[in-house]
Amino acid sequence: MRATRRQVLLGTTAVAAAAAMPKIEFARAADQTTIEWWHISQNDPGLTAFQDAANAYMADHPDVKINVTVLANEDFKAKLATVMQGGSGVPDMFQSWGGGVLYQYADAGLVRDITADLAKDDWGTTFNPAALGLYANNGKNYGVPWDMGIVGMWYNKSLFTKAGIDAPPTTWDELLDDVKKLQAAKITPIAVGEGDKWPGHFWWVYQAIRMGGKSAFDAAYTRKGKFTDQPFIDAGKNLKALIDLKPFQDGFLAATYNEADTYMANGNAAMELMGQWLPGNQKALAENKTGLGDDLGFFPFPGVDGGAGQPTDVLGGCDGFAFSAKAPDAALDFARYITARKVQTDMAGNGVAVLPTVNGADSAIDDPNLKAVAEALKSATYLQLYYDQFLPPAVGGVVNDATQQLFAGTASPEEIAQTIEDSAAQELAS
Amino acid sequence: MQAKALATSRAISSARVRPDRRRIATAVLFLLPAFVIYSLLVLFPVVQAAYYGFYKWNGLGPATDNVGWDNFNRVLHDSNFQTALRHNVLILVLSLLVQLPLALSLALIVGRQMRGRAVFRTIFFLPYVLSEVVAGVVWRFLYQPDSGLNQLIGNVYADWRPRSWLGDTNLVMYSLFVVITWKYIGFHIILYMAGLQNIPRELEEAAALDGAGPLRVIRDVTIPLLGPTVRLSAFLSVLGSLQFFDVIWVMTTGGPVGASETMATYMYRFGFQRFQLGYGAAVSLVIFLLCLAFALPYQRLVMRRDYEYSGTA
Repeated sequence: MRATRRQVLLGTTAVAAAAAMPKIEFARAADQTTIEWWHISQNDPGLTAFQDAANAYMADHPDVKINVTVLANEDFKAKLATVMQGGSGVPDMFQSWGGGVLYQYADAGLVRDITADLAKDDWGTTFNPAALGLYANNGKNYGVPWDMGIVGMWYNKSLFTKAGIDAPPTTWDELLDDVKKLQAAKITPIAVGEGDKWPGHFWWVYQAIRMGGKSAFDAAYTRKGKFTDQPFIDAGKNLKALIDLKPFQDGFLAATYNEADTYMANGNAAMELMGQWLPGNQKALAENKTGLGDDLGFFPFPGVDGGAGQPTDVLGGCDGFAFSAKAPDAALDFARYITARKVQTDMAGNGVAVLPTVNGADSAIDDPNLKAVAEALKSATYLQLYYDQFLPPAVGGVVNDATQQLFAGTASPEEIAQTIEDSAAQELAS
Repeated sequence: MQAKALATSRAISSARVRPDRRRIATAVLFLLPAFVIYSLLVLFPVVQAAYYGFYKWNGLGPATDNVGWDNFNRVLHDSNFQTALRHNVLILVLSLLVQLPLALSLALIVGRQMRGRAVFRTIFFLPYVLSEVVAGVVWRFLYQPDSGLNQLIGNVYADWRPRSWLGDTNLVMYSLFVVITWKYIGFHIILYMAGLQNIPRELEEAAALDGAGPLRVIRDVTIPLLGPTVRLSAFLSVLGSLQFFDVIWVMTTGGPVGASETMATYMYRFGFQRFQLGYGAAVSLVIFLLCLAFALPYQRLVMRRDYEYSGTA
């Protein structure tokens, strides 16, 4: 029987539809475990290093498949929040900064309690205790750190020399003077990616650390004090003095973190207050693909006269991994592999895990800037985790928004302290 | 003979009017799939949002903390939301004042007999086909302070001081409006072009013969006859302006400091990002009610005559 045109059409459509359907994976005879891994190292060296680690692990364990998803910082936060709220599609292993954000997931039972896994073979003792502590709450562990560091001032040595600055500033007043000198030499003093908001909040938090120290923040956090206490207001006032000098690059209010990094990496700005991951990121983003090289220097955030905090107090944090409540044991095993001293030492050497959290892995670090960061971390009298990760997301969001208003000049130091206090009062009441 | 015709016509008309149960059942059966999908994906979530609006809920786990009207009170009294609403109204007004006349003009120029009509149609419609995210990213590059548009203008006009298109709180809303216009004008042009096709040429020719100049023809013949299209275009434009999210989120996330916040970006930031889904649900319900408050009266009063005339022989 000759097929009618209609039959041919139907037949072709059916075949095409069948071919276009996703291949249905029937259960394999050999148990293959799949690990969904989301990380945020979208530039080298992290990008390649992590993929290599996954490949090496898969070569050793043929029954494990690791699906790596790489996301940009802000995109990751948005995507993770969505899957957490939706309850399905939560990745087995994912980037985490610890703190209140992680604890909120833990309270809802969405992340795996890994206390028992850490006790096995003393895995937990290989980590720097302060770093590990950021991922623990009420005696239970929810994540492991793979790098830790602090936020400090990165600067362009040759631009400083060009402006006639012999040595990096050690006090806030010296910093303001240096800004003026840079402006006189027609150099953009500071790059900040305030469009993303969290780079700017670093400035305010450091001022709060300098003015109030550990005691002021602890009091405000535990609700024995308030975010409208004097140290926080003074923090805003000091920062406003800097902002009023207009030291930032054009369009800083809309610039993303990567745009600010690129600006400095191409030699257009003299300073950036950023975490220890900056050198690696700038290297990837710079036009010349090497960044500032030897021109890049580091100095700790200057001390502020009249503050209760110490110049050795630092703002910092960790990058780590947390695991979904349904994560397979293979995911924990893979994390164990990545945080093994040998792998960590290699990663420290090529600038991925800076600084490594595993004891003894920092032997491979010879970059003088990173050595300075390590020094500052070792001698830190108080380490504060970034507010927007330490505090629950509702308050963290308010801190970011409020500090952006200070940068834009649309709110006063008192007003932003009040906004933050209002949110804290609502969210932190226990 | 006349009586018989009258009786026949009365029989026919009453036959049409008397409900036929089988026809109704068939109609319901055909409507059922669409209705089910619509209820599940549109109506039910709206009811759910209304429900969650009364809870303080971080989105993880079940909603347990009923706070009554708190969320709704907060929305209506929050200055950030009021600013967002103002921005929506700004987009709305600008769209009606700028986008629609521009679309109409372009449609009038290009819509009739003109060589290369198809090429122009494609060029105007192309931005609409792009995804909002792609459009947003492309325009972000154009709006960079040290390259893109600033560089282009600087090459032509030597004294040009680079503007921060997206970083200046006074400029950002207008910069975004340019992108919105660029993106959606194609849709309105196509709409008007289709409307123009339906206007019989004889009417315009008759007016021309009576001595009306081309502009007079357009003003007094073409545009009034385009009435239904204009009303539809305005309707879609207003609804779109009230719900605007994608392009703004990709380009500025509502910043800087809320200078380009719209109700939808406000909802996303305060709801999702801050893990306050109950509050976000309340905001979404407010947006829904606002849109409904516009759509229903507009359809009843303004578009009614357009519906009345459709479907009659």
